[in-house]
Amino acid sequence: MTISLRNLLLVVGVAALYILEGSTTFWIFSGSWDSALKMLNFALIGAIMSLGVNLQWGFAGLFNIGIMGFVALGGLATVLVSMPTTPGAWSAGGWQILAGLALGAVTIVGAVKLYGYLPKGRLRNLTTFAFIVLGFFAFRAVFDGGVAAVEAIDPAATGYLGGLNWGGDNYKDYGWLTVVAWPVGGVFAAGAAWIIGKTALGLRSDYLAIATLGIAEIIIAVMKNEDWLSRGVKNVNGLPRPVPYEIDLQNDLGFVERAASLGLDPTTASTLYTKMGYAILFAIFLVALLWLAQRALNSPWGRMMRAIRDNEVAAEAMGKNVTARHLQIFILGSAICGIAGAMMTTLDSQLTPTAYQPLRFTFLIWVMVIVGGSGNNFGAVLGGFLIWWLWVMVEPLGLWIAEISTAGFDADHWFRIRMEDAAAHFRLFTMGLVLLLVLRFSPRGLMPEK
Amino acid sequence: MDFLNAIVAFSNYVLVPGAAYGAQLALGALGVTLIYGILRFSNFAHGDTMAFGTAMTILFTSGLLSMGITFGPLPTALLALPFGIAATCLLVLFTDKLVYKFYRKQKAAPVILVIVSMGVMFIMNGVVRFVIGVRDIRFTDGERFIISARTFKEMTGLKEGLAIKTTQGITVVVAIFVVVVLFWFLNKTRTGKSMRAFSDNEDLALLSGINPEKVVMVTWMIVAALATTAGVLYGLDKSFKAFTYFQLLLPIFASAIVGGLGNPLGAIAGGFVIAFSEVTITYAFKKVLVYLLPESLEPTGLVQLLSTDYKFAVSFSILIIVLLFKPTGLFKGKSV
Repeated sequence: MTISLRNLLLVVGVAALYILEGSTTFWIFSGSWDSALKMLNFALIGAIMSLGVNLQWGFAGLFNIGIMGFVALGGLATVLVSMPTTPGAWSAGGWQILAGLALGAVTIVGAVKLYGYLPKGRLRNLTTFAFIVLGFFAFRAVFDGGVAAVEAIDPAATGYLGGLNWGGDNYKDYGWLTVVAWPVGGVFAAGAAWIIGKTALGLRSDYLAIATLGIAEIIIAVMKNEDWLSRGVKNVNGLPRPVPYEIDLQNDLGFVERAASLGLDPTTASTLYTKMGYAILFAIFLVALLWLAQRALNSPWGRMMRAIRDNEVAAEAMGKNVTARHLQIFILGSAICGIAGAMMTTLDSQLTPTAYQPLRFTFLIWVMVIVGGSGNNFGAVLGGFLIWWLWVMVEPLGLWIAEISTAGFDADHWFRIRMEDAAAHFRLFTMGLVLLLVLRFSPRGLMPEK
Repeated sequence: MDFLNAIVAFSNYVLVPGAAYGAQLALGALGVTLIYGILRFSNFAHGDTMAFGTAMTILFTSGLLSMGITFGPLPTALLALPFGIAATCLLVLFTDKLVYKFYRKQKAAPVILVIVSMGVMFIMNGVVRFVIGVRDIRFTDGERFIISARTFKEMTGLKEGLAIKTTQGITVVVAIFVVVVLFWFLNKTRTGKSMRAFSDNEDLALLSGINPEKVVMVTWMIVAALATTAGVLYGLDKSFKAFTYFQLLLPIFASAIVGGLGNPLGAIAGGFVIAFSEVTITYAFKKVLVYLLPESLEPTGLVQLLSTDYKFAVSFSILIIVLLFKPTGLFKGKSV
């Protein structure tokens, strides 16, 4: 991409928004570097998700609105990799759970095979149905016992299988495992995407949309209910971290001295230091993924993808396997969302299934891609940074508007109270407005595809 | 006797709630299917249109109540419903003028319209939160039961009671009324016929002098009425919360697609298929089986196939199964 003046200005402009948040208390800015860095970290993650969605929508025209599900699977991967194994859980019921799940899988695969093998007719339908019902009860019989045994182990603290961290009580020393979990999150998401893609990718765009929306809700439902897996709504807290803990830094004399030489008190310095650490880790991943996506876009493969997107029939006539290519890019894009999801759970240090809301984790990412410029990787990333800034800053912005518009009223006037209340709900409205305005007046986004 | 008890228990926990929920889904799915048939896109803002209509109706209801007007044993919300529908009509017509019309003139691809409807969804969600907040609101008043479990037990002498809530009765009656009027309109009136013609073949309809803008306008008005009615009935039966309405989108779309997108009859059938499957699969059958099976075989567990939290999984699985085996839905829908 040649760097045009317009794009340069856009990048500088968005960067300025973050710098202003850190450096000045003017207008709606908080003037806290801590808040600016926190925002930056989430924006980096948002940009990665946006990159994944751009791969699916911008390159291939696939309409996926189940991003939340892939993000949540990434989060699950972080728990399963980095948390300590619950002592005794595997021997109590873990293997039984796995056996139950295997039985379930055998039932499904068996039913599909049976259906294909038997001759057409009522006998085939009845046999397949009976096989599924029997398989389901066998699955529940084995599975339920294991679940009960695992969930009975100290339910207040664990009650789940735990992860792969072998550190036991010192599991927090193995914080680097969370970084290992990020690609694992990608693999989890890719696996789910493969299953969905196999069944739903042949369908029309609206059907694919509904199918992905549905699967995302199901993934969240599973994470809320299967306590043996990730403690369900009891949440998993205290995940290990790839960066040092603030309290350790504050007790480190060398660090305190260095902070003092920069004119910072130890507390501020330690929070900035850890947030900086996350930002650097995330940025490395973002740059690597961006580079890969850019390479893919400009390769023959990328040209083929765009050819398929622009005219499926013609591409098929040229001998391209449209379904297989769609499946491929659907898996890749979802995997990127999974990686981002794992990063987000690492940053939060906890997995909270109830926090996954489609408006925040699916539709917001779509706004990022559309506003940034679908089909352009740099655009998607820029959109990620810009929209996340807006998402966070809409609340102070709303309060500011409330203040201006009610300046003439007393502090307890109903209109003033109403407006200040409403500022909190301003967020979704603004996102919708931005999306509609961009779609109407600049449908190709801020940084259009070449 | 035991057999009767089993039937009553089954009706009480599965049949009656399933019928009410099915009617609500059917009305919602009718709106989705009409938009799809005439405007040719999947409207993701439908759940939030329902929420807006319900929010408006709630406001009018409290207005009526503060004037001392009630509807006797029936919920006052039914009196406020026409006002709610009128407000929703204005909103969707305004949205159409401001947003959708531009893309219709451009002949934009359906998927662009879907993304546009996502933007509308955000805005409507914000408006609803602004107008009425995010709390859980119950706005049912009047008589609670048509027949309560205790009265039923006294009347019949059975061990199991059958309770029918007023809201459930109203839901079914109103839904039947709305569907009859809708089908009469679509099949007998001139405007209705032109809508069907437009849905079947746009070019031919335009050639024969049908005014597309009028068809679109009437469609939006009908959809506003259907969405508000569905939303109010659901809210009366359960409670109103903006976020729940957004989540209804999945079962509603599942109903419309299972029935065949663009086919009104299919939407109704789909609504009941989805509702009954959800209720049946997530119901704990112990209570029914206790009466039916000999004592030695009595179940120890709850005999619940799936926990209620997996009801999305049920609608989703049915959706996938129908799509795999009958891609245009149970009734022949459009395959654009």
